[in-house]
Amino acid sequence: MIRDYVLLSLSSLRSRRMRSWLTMIGIVIGMSAVVSLISLGQGMQDSINDQFQRLGTNRLIIAPGGEFLGPGTADIVAPIMDDSDVDVIRNVKGITQVQGALSKTLKVEFKDEIQFDSIFAFETDSDAVDFVESVGLFDIAEGRELKSGDKYKAVLGYNVANEAFDDPIEVGRKILLDDIEFEVVGVQKLIGTGIHDGVIRIPQDTLRELTDEPRKLSMIFALTQPDLNPVNVKAIVERELRKHRDVKEGEEDFNVQTAEQTIGQLNTVLLAVQVVLVGIAAISLLVGGIGVMNTMYTSVLERTKEIGIMKSIGARNSHVLTLFLLESGMLGLVGGLMGLGLGLGVAKLGEYLAIGLGASFFRMHISTLLIVGTLMFSFVLGMFSGAFPARQAARLPPVEALRSIK
Amino acid sequence: MKKKAVISLRKVWKIYKMGSATVNALRGVTLDVWQGEFVAIIGPSGSGKSTLMNLVGALDKPSRGHIFLDGKDISLMEESDLAQIRGQKIGFIFQQFNLLPALSATGNVGLPMIFQGIPEAKRVERATELLNSVNLGERLNHKPNELSGGQQQRVAIARALANEPEMLLADEPTGNLDSKTGGEIMSMLEDLHTKKGRTIVLVTHDIHLVKHAERVIYLKDGQIEKVVKNHKRGHKHA
Repeated sequence: MIRDYVLLSLSSLRSRRMRSWLTMIGIVIGMSAVVSLISLGQGMQDSINDQFQRLGTNRLIIAPGGEFLGPGTADIVAPIMDDSDVDVIRNVKGITQVQGALSKTLKVEFKDEIQFDSIFAFETDSDAVDFVESVGLFDIAEGRELKSGDKYKAVLGYNVANEAFDDPIEVGRKILLDDIEFEVVGVQKLIGTGIHDGVIRIPQDTLRELTDEPRKLSMIFALTQPDLNPVNVKAIVERELRKHRDVKEGEEDFNVQTAEQTIGQLNTVLLAVQVVLVGIAAISLLVGGIGVMNTMYTSVLERTKEIGIMKSIGARNSHVLTLFLLESGMLGLVGGLMGLGLGLGVAKLGEYLAIGLGASFFRMHISTLLIVGTLMFSFVLGMFSGAFPARQAARLPPVEALRSIK
Repeated sequence: MKKKAVISLRKVWKIYKMGSATVNALRGVTLDVWQGEFVAIIGPSGSGKSTLMNLVGALDKPSRGHIFLDGKDISLMEESDLAQIRGQKIGFIFQQFNLLPALSATGNVGLPMIFQGIPEAKRVERATELLNSVNLGERLNHKPNELSGGQQQRVAIARALANEPEMLLADEPTGNLDSKTGGEIMSMLEDLHTKKGRTIVLVTHDIHLVKHAERVIYLKDGQIEKVVKNHKRGHKHA
């Protein structure tokens, strides 16, 4: 039954082929923008979640600075963490491992080319090396990891070794950090995030010596016992640090984040960005919908006589309504289908471009929900846009409609 | 045997408001169309002929008076229900053929059946049969713009017959055709009446066409001026 009406609508659309295509282009553009943004956004979110999943959720990150300043502001506010904080955290029940990290920006020289790069320094005892390896963001591609006993040795991030300088820096070469010669012992894998690919790692003691700051730390990483809820352990760490640093609750000059919190914050930001972008894309979809409405109004005017004929041979108002709604719905659906294809194509292109630029973690995400949702939404959008014209068509009195010249 | 009325008009008025003026297009017309008869309604333009044909075809409702189609008063019906009944009981043949350009001959003939919810296989079978009966068996898949005027009008006749209506309502069916083709269409209608016993209402201004009818209703100024029985015709089929 409904099949007959679908076929009738299709034949009517086909007889106005040019206009049908033009109308659909509006929907295609809007839909492809929405689809590509959503699939890239979802992909980004997935890869972030993935990375955190790999690191495990039993991690705490302790950084100087208040809650609202967030991590990463450590260098702006006075870096006010040191080994004593590590000792305090180490003694908290439920903490299995603590690693302090010091980060600094130093002058880097290779073959007379000078740059300033961020230097990241962990300790080099076996516990620390295990920890660094477990993070998964500092995996070695060539050469080896830093080890205890190393002094003027360095591990380079992928970009530092391969792109930052005119010539690639191979394992075994020498670079100068603040005019002191270091031997490159390892190069990291390409991770895809600027921070990890653009880092130079040296032993912590060496960096402390260079910067003449024997106790200072930029950040502390801690692992909690896997069978404990990291949120509870976090509370104890906070309490102990408050005691140690002599600050009141609510006035902390440090902050402790669980992995889940960090991921949550990232996701919130990502979601906000996505909402804005998709919102902008949705405007073009709205314009596409108005295009459908316009076409359908024109169609009703042009086909007034046809409507009269259909009514004279027994079409009820509901039949005419169905025909016109299906027609506009189909404009939406076919437009949506093509928009989906184009959007996924654009997203794939974006993925290639991103990977080409070094963001290897970037993967588009195609979900069934996205596909089904897109198609349903575009059909409904078309029907919705056609609702008023269709109602107008359905309500035409047969005598007047028949009298129309068109 | 008692004659059965297909449609009955009782003191029917149709009043149009044109701005402040009112136009009485029909003034108290009473008329029965009997089952199996061939009746012609003739009148000059402005006589209310089109208005009467719209009312007889249940396309419109009277301002005053009653119209009974199949015993039901259509002045009380909703347009949508009227459409359903129209589709079942009345087959229209228009001056301008009024075929849907996007559909083939079969599609056009099948269309009234779609609105009655008849399944496709049956529609195609019946449409083919009807198109064969109007000698268009070779043109089943042609679109209206691929057919001559006479052929289009034959498709329209086939379409009018699709739902086995009780009455065929032909509004100037030869108006857009040359006299030879027009003659063919008229003899086709006459055959439908004499051989198949169809009820036919012909609305025209052309006095030459009324010779085909058994009864001629002359309309003037919105009223029936006279009714003439055509004794050369008669109930040949009866």
